[in-house]
Amino acid sequence: MNAVDLAPSYDLVVIGGGPAGLAAASLAARAGVTTVLFDENPGVGGQIYRGITSTPVINRSILGEDYWAGEALANEAKASGALIVNGATVWSLDPERIVGVSIAGKARMIEARRVIIATGSQERPFPIPGWTLPGVMTAGAAQTVLKAQGLLPDGRTVMAGTGPLMWLLAAQILRAGGRLEAILDTTPRRNLLRAAPHLPDFMLSPYFAKGLALLREVKAKVPVRRVASVAAAGDGKLSEVVSDRGRMPADLLLLHQGVVPNVNLALAAGATHEWNERQLCFQPVLDQDFSSSVPGIAVAGDGAGIAGGTAAAERGRLAAIAAVRALRPEARLPDPQSVRQRLQREEMGRAFLDWLNRPADSFRQPEGETLVCRCEEVTAAQVRATADMGCEGPNQMKAFLRCGMGPCQGRLCGLTVTELIATQRKSTPAAVGYYRLRPPVKPITLAELASLPISEAERKAVER
Amino acid sequence: MFKRLADAGAVVALTVDGKPVQARSCDTVAAALLAAGIDRCRTTPVTGAPRLPYCLMGVCFDCLVTIDGVGSRQACLVPVHEGMTVETQQGRREAGR
Repeated sequence: MNAVDLAPSYDLVVIGGGPAGLAAASLAARAGVTTVLFDENPGVGGQIYRGITSTPVINRSILGEDYWAGEALANEAKASGALIVNGATVWSLDPERIVGVSIAGKARMIEARRVIIATGSQERPFPIPGWTLPGVMTAGAAQTVLKAQGLLPDGRTVMAGTGPLMWLLAAQILRAGGRLEAILDTTPRRNLLRAAPHLPDFMLSPYFAKGLALLREVKAKVPVRRVASVAAAGDGKLSEVVSDRGRMPADLLLLHQGVVPNVNLALAAGATHEWNERQLCFQPVLDQDFSSSVPGIAVAGDGAGIAGGTAAAERGRLAAIAAVRALRPEARLPDPQSVRQRLQREEMGRAFLDWLNRPADSFRQPEGETLVCRCEEVTAAQVRATADMGCEGPNQMKAFLRCGMGPCQGRLCGLTVTELIATQRKSTPAAVGYYRLRPPVKPITLAELASLPISEAERKAVER
Repeated sequence: MFKRLADAGAVVALTVDGKPVQARSCDTVAAALLAAGIDRCRTTPVTGAPRLPYCLMGVCFDCLVTIDGVGSRQACLVPVHEGMTVETQQGRREAGR
């Protein structure tokens, strides 16, 4: 598939090929809507089902049945008639639903009558001293290469953080024959107090039994220590992990403290976002069909607020049902009420997980020389001092320090900068706001821009 | 840092900074670099600090390398192909030059 082979317009453009995008594209295509799904990875599956059509890890017990459940979604999407394009980077989406996409070095602007953003989540920034050292990665990164390439951590490996993904990855590494020196659990003990009222709900959710089994499986094989601080140390690469419980030599440190919505594309499209105090992140304001504040643009999956992979698929279906209703009212559709009920079941117990695994302030709001912005190498002390000087928000902070202006476009510093400003100025993240994001939300080359077709009117407009 | 657990497909020959590296057909450039045990894929423009991939899912941009002559590509998103040339990106920017 090449960009030049794309039609100039589609009824529905779905952005992202994880569970939400796959489910949405399948449902819409089956209902007779011309659907294209763009995904920037080499294969579909998103993060949770990464490499689902190509993983070399064929022993199913290693990645587990919850991973392999993605196979049905991928097959369904393939058979649905939706055009699925991998290696397609969407770098622009405007309120008129013009989608800027690059495939193999060529760009096109595609018109969409409806858009479903299903760009999912990313791991929450984990700004500790030394987190930029080679040898320090996210747990998600290690899981990505385990799923897609069958790469297993080798050498002295330490995990640090909180949240279900950390325990799942630990179990997967152990099942694959890998070894972990230790898990440094950063979950604050007092979180249990706020989580406890939600325990009855959580006990009814499928995650309860699975979670307990996972904890037992990992704790039987790996020493787990509660820590209040974590730092990575080394000269040019990681050599030691330092915590309040001591120092340990390490070759690989895997960090994780939950996931947050990937907001860049939805924000650049102009969708209104709000602060979620329980999940400590910004998320789009959506109605019950996951429609955003921009007409014709919906946000489904974890990009709509974190609820997990199976909930993401149901959200994708609901967004697709709404899109099909608008585009092709005569189409036969599944009953949205039954989808809503399934979604409700999947979301049960989320409040318990959110409160239990809420990262401590000290792991979200660093101090001193710890880097906040990895791209432009801006420290916590600089951000705090600039806020004290009177800088009121992240956009002004860019002008002072360039934080958020590197290639990652704030993805790895945005939440930290917002929270640091809020703390220093005794304000709130909701009041401080987030970076103003504009297209291109992914870097593209001039050659890609130059490959856009030029109409006669456009040519005449610049000719003298 | 990583070892291969499973057979990730046919061998694909790349060069990284002019040296031959054997990747597998399932690899992205970033996975191939990690499997080959390289110690950095770039140095930062501000302080010249070494970096390796951090997120491997397209958000951190620490895996930026030059691929087949095009600079600052996200190594974690690009699949390898036979004969691909990869160069690590070195050096601080020299503002004003």
